[in-house]
Amino acid sequence: MAEPTPAPGGGRAGRAPAGRGTAGRTARWRGVAGSWDAALLVALALVVVAGALAVEGVASPRFWRFVTLEVIPIALIALPMTLVIITGEIDLSVASILGLTCTVMGQLWLWGISSLPVLIAVALLLGALLGAVNGVFVTAFGLPSLAVTIGTLALYRGLAYVVLGDRAVADYPPGWTTGAIAAIPGLTIPWMIIVVAVLAVVFGLLLHATPIGRGLYAMGNNAEAARFTGIHVARAKFWLFVATGAMSALAGVFWTLRYASARADNGNGLELAVVAAVLLGGVSIFGGRGRLVGVIAAVVLLGILRNVLQLAYVPANTLTIITGSLLIVSVVGPNVAAMLRDRLRRRRPAAPLPQE
Amino acid sequence: MSARIRGGRAVALALLTALTLAAAGCAGEEPATTAGQPAAGGGAKTIKEGLKIAFLPKQVNNPYFDASDNKGGKVAVEEVKGVYSQTGPSEASPSAQVSYINTLSQQGADVIVVSANDKDAICGALQEARTAGAKVVTYDSDTNPSCRDVFINQASAEGIAASQVKLISEAVGPDGGEIAILSATANATNQNAWIAMMKTELAKPEHGRLKLVATVYGDDDDQKSFQEAQGLLAKHPNLKGIISPTTVGVAAAARYLSGSEYKGKVQLTGLGTPNQMRAYVKDGTVKSFALWNPSDLGYLAAYAGGALASGLITGKEGEKFTAGRLGEYTVGKDGVVLLGDPFVFTKDNIDEFDF
Amino acid sequence: MTAAGVLGGAKEGGRLAHRVLLVRELGIAVALALLVGVTVLVNPRFLTAQGIKDLLLGATILAVLAVGQSIVVITRNVDLSVGSVLGLSAFATGSLFVANPGLPIPVALAAGVLLGAACGVVNGGLIAAARVPALVVTLGTLYVFRGLDHTWAGGRQINAADMPPGFLRMGSGTLLGVPVLTLFAVVVLVAAGYYLRGYRSGRELYAIGSSPAAARLAGIPVGRRVFAAFVASGALAGLAGVLYAARFGTLDANAGNGFELNVVAAVVVGGVAIFGGSGSVYGAALGAVLLTTISSALPVLGVSPFWQRAAVGALILAAIGLDRALAVRLAKTLRGRNGHG
Repeated sequence: MAEPTPAPGGGRAGRAPAGRGTAGRTARWRGVAGSWDAALLVALALVVVAGALAVEGVASPRFWRFVTLEVIPIALIALPMTLVIITGEIDLSVASILGLTCTVMGQLWLWGISSLPVLIAVALLLGALLGAVNGVFVTAFGLPSLAVTIGTLALYRGLAYVVLGDRAVADYPPGWTTGAIAAIPGLTIPWMIIVVAVLAVVFGLLLHATPIGRGLYAMGNNAEAARFTGIHVARAKFWLFVATGAMSALAGVFWTLRYASARADNGNGLELAVVAAVLLGGVSIFGGRGRLVGVIAAVVLLGILRNVLQLAYVPANTLTIITGSLLIVSVVGPNVAAMLRDRLRRRRPAAPLPQE
Repeated sequence: MSARIRGGRAVALALLTALTLAAAGCAGEEPATTAGQPAAGGGAKTIKEGLKIAFLPKQVNNPYFDASDNKGGKVAVEEVKGVYSQTGPSEASPSAQVSYINTLSQQGADVIVVSANDKDAICGALQEARTAGAKVVTYDSDTNPSCRDVFINQASAEGIAASQVKLISEAVGPDGGEIAILSATANATNQNAWIAMMKTELAKPEHGRLKLVATVYGDDDDQKSFQEAQGLLAKHPNLKGIISPTTVGVAAAARYLSGSEYKGKVQLTGLGTPNQMRAYVKDGTVKSFALWNPSDLGYLAAYAGGALASGLITGKEGEKFTAGRLGEYTVGKDGVVLLGDPFVFTKDNIDEFDF
Repeated sequence: MTAAGVLGGAKEGGRLAHRVLLVRELGIAVALALLVGVTVLVNPRFLTAQGIKDLLLGATILAVLAVGQSIVVITRNVDLSVGSVLGLSAFATGSLFVANPGLPIPVALAAGVLLGAACGVVNGGLIAAARVPALVVTLGTLYVFRGLDHTWAGGRQINAADMPPGFLRMGSGTLLGVPVLTLFAVVVLVAAGYYLRGYRSGRELYAIGSSPAAARLAGIPVGRRVFAAFVASGALAGLAGVLYAARFGTLDANAGNGFELNVVAAVVVGGVAIFGGSGSVYGAALGAVLLTTISSALPVLGVSPFWQRAAVGALILAAIGLDRALAVRLAKTLRGRNGHG
């Protein structure tokens, strides 16, 4: 009655039975995924236009500055998270990695390391290392990433408390903290957005324009089959976890400087916000589907929606409900649409039946 | 796969989705802007009318801030014919608070009354809001003095620490013994300041028989505080008293003690609200505890904000302003306005209060 | 492994797997005994009547949630909304007592369980009817239910004084030295354990978790079973909410906030495979007891409170590592027995 836990990188919950024509399914999904991206972009445009017309302040440059500042850390983590989820894994420890790198950075600053490049390098290395720990547990030991990263979520956050305890480190040079959120000359938008954009292009190219990217999709669809096509599944997944760790650390550096405060509880609960954004972006939790464009649109949409509603005096409680409902709609919506389309198609016998 | 799904299921599904959405739709609250009512206090004449005074607590859904904002601040704002609002995150995190500060600033708030989740993390946002024309009043938990105009201090750290140590010393009795502190979160600015002062106070010779053996953190979470209280007694068999300078912690500890064999043997004091503590004061678990009146705190903060925005004060030491029914206050060093000494509640006076 | 194989054949493998499961549960029990033993050596008061009562009470609510969660996890799903459902049900219980001071306790219990089950119906309905991933839907309802709770409760707090003394006595009272609330957990645990092992539909949950596709081919009504599992999980979260109200007496909008990760952790530590098909509710309950005992024991052992969370994380990693090692060994043994077939 009991079955051994799934093999390394083994099937995730509820995957469609193997042996189904992958090519046909991918093609169909590309269509659905494309329309989902389009729907997100339309929703984004609608929210911006409606917000600018109906809510005072949305049209102002300051609004966009605040939205950008809020979106940056989530976007930084969502980029690698998208790739991780596309391979059929998940990383819930990202916010704890962010917190731990914040506290380590703070402690090093207290110990007198006053070179910002050194601090950033150490933080990124630490993040990569923490990600590598996740990667080893998942790929070398063959453990489910959901369970592993729930474990490291607790572990890394706990270590953050061990490092700084109840202290907060806040006495960074004002040049660093204002520098981190400084605007692009002539604009109000912070320059960090350029870094995010460059990274987004890098991750986008990696995912959509390289054999590695195609391999990631293959892994998410069927790890077993991916292995036969010559992709080194374990190695690719390992490096994705490392990248996620490093990107979370980068978000941690930004967080520390933006809020001028390193605390053990920095970014607590952010993992759910990131996962919610990635899933709303049309990435399937089972892997194999989703595009970076959709994820970026979703991250921006959530950020703008939140700020517009806040400006429109919508209380925090309602914002929570809306976030949850959006997430549910993002998975239920496409399925309902597909069902309705199938029913319509069956009524018209002339139409060619979809290949099952 | 989808072809197999029957029509009924699709309809049920659509209904479920609609229900979820409807629930989301009807949950909205009307904006908390209220038209001004006739001024009650004569001293408010010089404060401008129509000021937008916004309260930003550490978190909404917290009874303490409900009392300070909606039962104190709101009354004062109505007295000065201003526009009151309360907004804030549902979890007490500095980053969420920053987002709300930015929003308030864009909404053109004249006064932001804020209880800081972190004394540095919200500084940048407050500075931006001040540049945009808002006056900033902190209450309950302060930021760096450079980031706000005035801080309404519910009670000085020295005052609180001295009162807490005095209460536990009286409760434990002349023989003294081991005591412990049950605090809120490990990062709470005010808690840590009070604990540091309590340690100074305990080092004085008159409290030589009291020995502080542990400080634990209940994270201002009822269940965690309850378990921490339980853990303290398991770890320290000779414990004679607990100080819990947080409303959540002291209520949880009282509830644990009153349902355990330690009731009456281990003394408890702290900062609590009369409504939460009434049952435990009456059943003898707690002899006395202290608190300021949170409604007075919010009330004073609103008046201070009004005075700032009307140019009556600037936050300099020695300036005076009148706060309605509370009378006249003087701005102290570093822009601090002191509400007063903490009030001590006992079995004899607790029924006179309802908050 | 096909569903038929899970249900009918491979008896020998099944027995072996059962033995491994027993070893796994014994392992947690031994770890628990060691932890308690060491802690008692350091401080004998850890295991007085009061100490045992505190330990049991502490574990009760998490154990009830863990039982519900493991039913869901066994079917290869997950319910992240339990913390929010607990909060909603706890506040509902409190509000019921505020509105009707003389309300009999069984009515309050039933109301809490029903409210929880209704939340479970929403989760299960969306998941089973739309065939959408449970992780995403319950992450969504985690937000939605919590938001509803926040909107409903606002800044209100329900205090011990608002609830009938009999209800609060149930929260702190004992029967033959065992807290009354813990008896609820024991009943729930035994009932769930008996159902999963003794009923065909219970065993089918394992088959679904092992391979949903094979289970469907074998004629198991997968959708209906998964739906029922979520309703059960919701109902138990509702029950946990009532128990929470009785135990803590103070209720505000944040009751049960963040519980979901503790519950999943308890289930994983208890040896229920996160991808379904294996594990037992007894293990999950033991996992809950171990986790809460750790949080009570570490302060007694003099470990800084800052280390607690890290210790829990390390324990989760150790537990799933152990599971993996056991599974590998089991697979090896099975291969050896089946020869070259």
